[in-house]
Amino acid sequence: MKELLIGNHSIARGLYEGGLRFISGYPGTPSTEILEHAATFPDVECEWAPNEKVALEAVFGASLAGARAACTCKHVGQNVAADPLFTFSYTGVGGGAVICVADDPAMHSSQNEQDSRHYAIAAKLPMLEPSDSGEALAFAKAAFALSEQFDTPVLLRTCTRIAHSQSLVELGERQEVELKPYQKQSEKYVMMPAYAKGRHPVVEERMKALASFAEDCPFNRIEWGEKKIGIITSGTCYHYVKEVFGEKVSVLKLGLINPLPRELILTFSKEVERLIVIEELDGIIEAHCNCLGLFPEGKSLFSPIGELSQRAIRQALLEEVPPLHNAPALPARPPMMCSGCPHRGLFYVLSKHHLTVFGDIGCYTLGAVPPLSSLDTCLCMGASISSLHGCLKVRPEMAQQAVAVIGDSTFVHSGITSLIDMTYNQTNGTVIILDNAITGMTGHQPNPTTGYTIKGELSTQVDVEALCRSVGVSSIQVVDPYDLSACDHAIKKALGEEQVSVIILRRPCVLLKTVEKRPPLFVDTTSCKGCMRCMSMGCPSLSVKNGKAQIDATLCVGCKVCQQLCPFSAIIDEG
Amino acid sequence: MQSVSIMIVGVGGQGTLLSSKLLGRVFADCGLDVKVSEVHGMSQRGGSVVTYVRAGERVYSPIICHGEADYIIAFEKLEAARYLPYLKVGGALIFNPQEIAPMACLYGKVPYPSQAIEENSREDIALHAIDALTMAISCGSAKAVNIVLLGYLAKQLYFIEKDAWERALAEVVSPKYLALNQKAFELGYTYTSEVLD
Repeated sequence: MKELLIGNHSIARGLYEGGLRFISGYPGTPSTEILEHAATFPDVECEWAPNEKVALEAVFGASLAGARAACTCKHVGQNVAADPLFTFSYTGVGGGAVICVADDPAMHSSQNEQDSRHYAIAAKLPMLEPSDSGEALAFAKAAFALSEQFDTPVLLRTCTRIAHSQSLVELGERQEVELKPYQKQSEKYVMMPAYAKGRHPVVEERMKALASFAEDCPFNRIEWGEKKIGIITSGTCYHYVKEVFGEKVSVLKLGLINPLPRELILTFSKEVERLIVIEELDGIIEAHCNCLGLFPEGKSLFSPIGELSQRAIRQALLEEVPPLHNAPALPARPPMMCSGCPHRGLFYVLSKHHLTVFGDIGCYTLGAVPPLSSLDTCLCMGASISSLHGCLKVRPEMAQQAVAVIGDSTFVHSGITSLIDMTYNQTNGTVIILDNAITGMTGHQPNPTTGYTIKGELSTQVDVEALCRSVGVSSIQVVDPYDLSACDHAIKKALGEEQVSVIILRRPCVLLKTVEKRPPLFVDTTSCKGCMRCMSMGCPSLSVKNGKAQIDATLCVGCKVCQQLCPFSAIIDEG
Repeated sequence: MQSVSIMIVGVGGQGTLLSSKLLGRVFADCGLDVKVSEVHGMSQRGGSVVTYVRAGERVYSPIICHGEADYIIAFEKLEAARYLPYLKVGGALIFNPQEIAPMACLYGKVPYPSQAIEENSREDIALHAIDALTMAISCGSAKAVNIVLLGYLAKQLYFIEKDAWERALAEVVSPKYLALNQKAFELGYTYTSEVLD
């Protein structure tokens, strides 16, 4: 029977069937479920790495040790792993190596919408792009053989609509692949100039061989239909094209999207009257066609911004489009911190003191939205600490009014080196580590500070205080973020110090199953004067009715942060 | 058969995932091609959430665009109104008239738009209000709103036999909660809604 699987589970299944032995990665929407699903298979070493660079380097090690290995990341995680990526291209592989990277056009859950295909071109690596779950499984499985055939890591690119869409998939059997023997090959694996010079020509030859392979490989195909319009496309856009046109156009569907074929495209273009490239984000296939002298229509019709859809294609190419009714003017419902979120009290305090807040990537980025409106920046993983440092280098006086906030997982990912920058290069920054004992935003993945692994096994727990001390921080305070006055004191103390200060706000994410929910609080409407101070922290359990505060008992988890704000003691424990 | 396009909309945390799982399962069990598309990550934290479910002999696109949905199943009123433009001519909104205020309404910046559905409705669509929350509570859990609404939808999808739904329900719901959900499904299935135009 066919299974209905999301693309990410299909990739994990495909890798498993292809003989996967080791997989590592760092959580990032929309890539996270690949590794989570891989952890359910037997005979696979599966782990969350501290960051994507570490994950890819571990894959390099596993591959040269002879195993089929893979790593996972989102598009911006590929940036973190870019350093090993470019040189892994030179060394090639032992056992097959697959790097799964998930783009997020339309930025459903990301800070930019970069197109990861540029990495395949820049690092001179083959890249596969499936169009649905069935292909996700098949391509992931085939990627190992491709990797070993051409002695290269293989990139497997998806986007949100592949990663998080379910379609029907036929499961296969696992291919048992023995470890290849390990052989010391310094000229292949020691990339110092003398040996790397020997490898670069190998890379160039490999790309030529891959380009020939692209001409008639099983990943690319022409579906001839009517020849008035010929469309070159790949990934999820293929399905939008089929949805709109069915057999009414001819389609060149590309599954190997780097290197792109030459003759196949020329053959296709000769047969059709009007050549159109439909691709999300950048015009990469279009630029390739331009190099072939074809100059198809592409980005002149389709925006490089956001996602495409069957509607976008209809609008660009057909006269009949379902009527567009104006979007109703309604209050937006952006995501927000949960009821009882341990981050909320901190942002209330930061906002109250009008501090400049260098933010980072995680649930706490939501501290930027009203009514807290607390964050001043959000750039990339770990940037809160280093950008505060840079700011203080040119405006040292801001040390009394600026802080960096960073979560436990993000701190381990890439905040540690930034903290070292601060102690080594000496600014008096205040760093607040929001330690909620989990990687929250991506859906509760353990990390090195939580003390257990992806498979739930107990492991070494990184001691954050000791780590900070060891890099030269002597002012370290540990505070319960539900205690507002303790937060307030700790921040004031830290801002006044003539040295780097770290405040660790420690309380587990309220959504963790292990966290006991407390009974809800109530508003005593006779005491409530309607001052609305409690509303200023943006808790979804609180609302205003007839000029007075009220608490939704189905949402309230009794964190008591609002109780500490009420000047009239109107928020009480029992109704 | 023509393909059917169903959107499930609500507020993050309202249980839209189980609904799409049940829909996907029942369509797949009936031998149809199915695509289900959802968004994970940041948008789940109390934000507006939407899932697309499409089924037919052959389904290509995993998403539904403006003017394409046959049905919108809405767990909440404001979200029901927000996605109305996605309904096609002749489409139907099946909604639970529960109000969950977004942040801007909670802290009193703007009032909750209680009439948003009526104000943004069109003549070419049908509105089915189902007080699923009350029915769910009567079954033993407010969380069964999703299954009540799907029970009602099941009645509209004439091309699928009722026992296929019952089998699918048993496949996706844990045995512990099956009786509760069967009751919720039945209440939705047998409910006769007053259709507003």
